[in-house]
Amino acid sequence: MLSANIVALAYLVASVLIILALKGLSSPESSRRGNTFGMVGLVIAVVITLQLSSVQNYTWIFIAIAVGALIGGVAARKIPMTHMPQTVAFMHSLVGLAAVLIAVSAFANPVGYGIADTFGQMHVSSRIELFLGAFIGAITFTASLIAFGKLHGSLSGRPVTFSGQHILNLILGILMIGAGVMFCIDLTWTPFLAMLFVAMLLGVLLIIPIGGADMPVIVSMLNSYSGWAAAGIGFTLGNNMLIVAGALVGSSGAILSYIMCKAMNRSLFHVLLGGFGNHAPVATGGAALEARPFKSGSAEDAAFLLKNARSVVIVPGYGLAVARAQHALKEVVDKLLEQDIQVKFAIHPVAGRMPGHMNVLLAEADVPYDIVHEMDEINPEFGDTDVVLVIGANDVTNPAAKTDPTSPIYGMPILDVSKAAHVLVIKRSLSVGYAGLDNDLFYMDKTMMIFDDAKKACESLIHVLD
Amino acid sequence: MCASLPCDMAGQAAAHVSQTPDPFMMSFSVFILAIFVGYHVVWNVTPALHTPLMSVTNAISSIVIVGAIIASGPIEMNLATVLGLIAVGLASVNIFGGFMVTQRMLAMFKKRS
Repeated sequence: MLSANIVALAYLVASVLIILALKGLSSPESSRRGNTFGMVGLVIAVVITLQLSSVQNYTWIFIAIAVGALIGGVAARKIPMTHMPQTVAFMHSLVGLAAVLIAVSAFANPVGYGIADTFGQMHVSSRIELFLGAFIGAITFTASLIAFGKLHGSLSGRPVTFSGQHILNLILGILMIGAGVMFCIDLTWTPFLAMLFVAMLLGVLLIIPIGGADMPVIVSMLNSYSGWAAAGIGFTLGNNMLIVAGALVGSSGAILSYIMCKAMNRSLFHVLLGGFGNHAPVATGGAALEARPFKSGSAEDAAFLLKNARSVVIVPGYGLAVARAQHALKEVVDKLLEQDIQVKFAIHPVAGRMPGHMNVLLAEADVPYDIVHEMDEINPEFGDTDVVLVIGANDVTNPAAKTDPTSPIYGMPILDVSKAAHVLVIKRSLSVGYAGLDNDLFYMDKTMMIFDDAKKACESLIHVLD
Repeated sequence: MCASLPCDMAGQAAAHVSQTPDPFMMSFSVFILAIFVGYHVVWNVTPALHTPLMSVTNAISSIVIVGAIIASGPIEMNLATVLGLIAVGLASVNIFGGFMVTQRMLAMFKKRS
């Protein structure tokens, strides 16, 4: 049995290690050591908690940890990198559910948590903290499950909207807070469970109107919620380590949501209202969706352009991930590098279905990270680039975002692909992107369309580049 | 039990000195300061590692396992301990899954040889 001071000190060490884990992610070299710091931090936290005098139920606790470790470990090894967005969404829902269960358990046995007075009645401040932790956890739980379904394809990625939706959500929100206030006053099960139920319902309703390509924002936001839920539990227990960890995760998710919103030139409020991308295709400048002349070519034509280039920039998008073409693309890159052609990748912040998703897919395909560049780094270089190869990306290359004030995506930061000497676009058809917009880039003189599946196109390119 | 939690040290102190703020204020101060630390640390994370950042923060928020272990601490099995044990299992899935998948991703990031 360690003294309370030793316990507090150990929790402090664990908190510092967790901060170091995040700090390590400032560069790939330091990140692996950072991850080790994080693991050590969690181990310290768990070991110190296990030796608290109130913790006696060792057998069952070890069984629960072992079962969780087995499931988590196997999943971590097996999950394909293309499935990371839904995996992360699913893990958020587990954090949410765990927070709810802990809150219910604390309410059932407040004395065991040391949050009750001598009569076994919970302190008023603890009631409020418990309410906050429980409802954030409940919303995180169901909202993440819906996000998981949409990302995994088990639910339609299309926004589900109906009239009165926002009013309904508002009423449910008021009901939830009302039930929470009642719980804080009379400390009975009915308002507590009603509050949890309404929060879970609200979690579902908040996410159904949001479309597939807005998911990077939603996954980041739920990341943030899972942190606030953990901090809420930390307040309930009066445990500073939980508060620190929760606040770190909460602010991390909030920053990622902000970065994603900015990259789409949309406000978080606008994303949360939902329904974006649900409307019929919007024509830019009136007649835009009428037949416009464009050039299309074969893999041979593309290979000819690529071979004669000195510098090539590749712009991958979500279509690359869908077609699982990253490995084939890496072979194309190898062929070009063999011929002493400079190759770089340009990544838009919202490429893929979660922040940084495209970087992981390219890393998995053994593309070295020092040729993969962020939008702000690479945009000034497009003017000096011979050939840009756009593969599975659309809206993030649309020059209308800069030139057409009437376009719905006007103001969104884009990759300046149209400044390059030649543009190759691999796409299955001329269909519109998520924003429902025609892309002016496809009709430019310097652009050649290659109509094919991303993977098949890369495979033909490998063949003809030999 | 109480003596083993840091909050209660502040609670005991409050009993002696009436000028000492509520334990909640101490937790709240830590909370706000941690948000600032998080803000500065996370803005320094390279955008290429935003996916590993999300998976590792998942593992980190599963530190709620501490609460779950306390909930499942008593030997006697009742609603509180059973729910606590389930929460231990869920958090443990996330801790192991989160750190291991992060490790797997970070191992993929290589420089040009």
